[in-house]
Amino acid sequence: MAAEGQAIDALSQFALKPFLGGLGESVRLSQSNGHMLIALGLIAALMMWGTARRAIVPGRVQALAETAYDFVHDLVVGQVGEEGAKYFPLVFSLFMFILVGNLLGMLPYAFTFTSHIAVTFALAMLVFLVVTVIALSIHGTHFFSYFFPEGAPKLLAPLIIPIEIISYLSRPVSLAVRLFANMVAGHVMLKVFATFVVMIGGAAGIFGIFGAALPLAVNVALIGFELLVAFLQAYVFAILTCIYLHDAVHLH
Amino acid sequence: MQKSLVSLMVLGLGALPSLAGAAGDPGHASSGGMPQLDFGNHWTIAQVVWMFVIFGVLYYVMARYALPQVAGTLAARRARIDGDLEAAHAAKLSADAALADHQAATAKTRAEAQAAIATASQQAQADAAAKAEVLNAKLSEQIGAAEGRIAAGRDAAMGSLRAVATDTAEALVSRLLGAGIDRAAIDRAVGSALAARGNG
Repeated sequence: MAAEGQAIDALSQFALKPFLGGLGESVRLSQSNGHMLIALGLIAALMMWGTARRAIVPGRVQALAETAYDFVHDLVVGQVGEEGAKYFPLVFSLFMFILVGNLLGMLPYAFTFTSHIAVTFALAMLVFLVVTVIALSIHGTHFFSYFFPEGAPKLLAPLIIPIEIISYLSRPVSLAVRLFANMVAGHVMLKVFATFVVMIGGAAGIFGIFGAALPLAVNVALIGFELLVAFLQAYVFAILTCIYLHDAVHLH
Repeated sequence: MQKSLVSLMVLGLGALPSLAGAAGDPGHASSGGMPQLDFGNHWTIAQVVWMFVIFGVLYYVMARYALPQVAGTLAARRARIDGDLEAAHAAKLSADAALADHQAATAKTRAEAQAAIATASQQAQADAAAKAEVLNAKLSEQIGAAEGRIAAGRDAAMGSLRAVATDTAEALVSRLLGAGIDRAAIDRAVGSALAARGNG
């Protein structure tokens, strides 16, 4: 990849390429979308065929599917309340899509579609629009009182209302950038240290092999850390979605 | 939790400037900069369009088929567990009732047995008392008869005492004084002597 004396090429891993060659080229289906399709297949297989036996005493796959179900269901009901149960499929789809996308990206040669700001921002805008539509449909114009907390001094209205509006509008940005930046940073660091291993290992013979052990050890630790981040970021995305849904349903 | 999130964000955002620096290097393979920020590339936009299609399918499959299936399984399991718990509860109640029945029956039987024992022992005591009474009556009758015989014997003995005393006195007097003793006089003397002793 990166030879000595040249810049470490940590970013070409994020470049989009056609999926399955000419077929992907013809319909503009990139390898990023290919991994989304794989994620879709994995999630559907887990949740459909994994639970198809409907066993009273679940096997491993069914137990995993039920654990995922319970985890997200408790998250939604815990944050939004019982009336939030109807938004559970959305939160579950988001959580599993991001989680499986993050984890798929940890495999060698795989692409991490959550490392694209366009993808994360599109998901964040989806959440933002759904939440806003839900809030408007439940509360009508009363929804706009959300931007001025009850009991606040009227004198501060010119200050508070713009701040509340900006904070509301910045939700999709922070949601998108958090996921995107975490995934990019992790994969860049993995790539940088992997390049160090190759550079040092190839540079100084027997000493180089010992020297390369250090960045290799760092990469081993980083992969563990990235697995944590993969789960954590999916969880953060899901729980923030739940918090926004709570605000939309209850207005504070 | 919150703190680790913040530190992760800082970590992620802190990496951005270095990425920008790396991206600015000449001779880079891509058209320059981070591929993710190359919004002029139609692949970037097509990716999002496809994402909405794929995510829409995912949402549809989850909401329409997968999640109801899991919910049904979980509900069936909960119903099964609740049913089993209820059955166990009912079984415990019936066991408790059976135990109470058993204890009541035992207590009743014990009371009956004790009543029977008490009746039998009273009966036995009454029988024994009656028998003893009969025996007592018989014995006292025999005692009475015996006492009558004794009294009769004594009376007879006492009656013959005077004749014996008179004969003895007559024999003594005739020895002392010779024959020709008036028997009537002796008899009177014996009678008066006996009367004096109170045995008359």
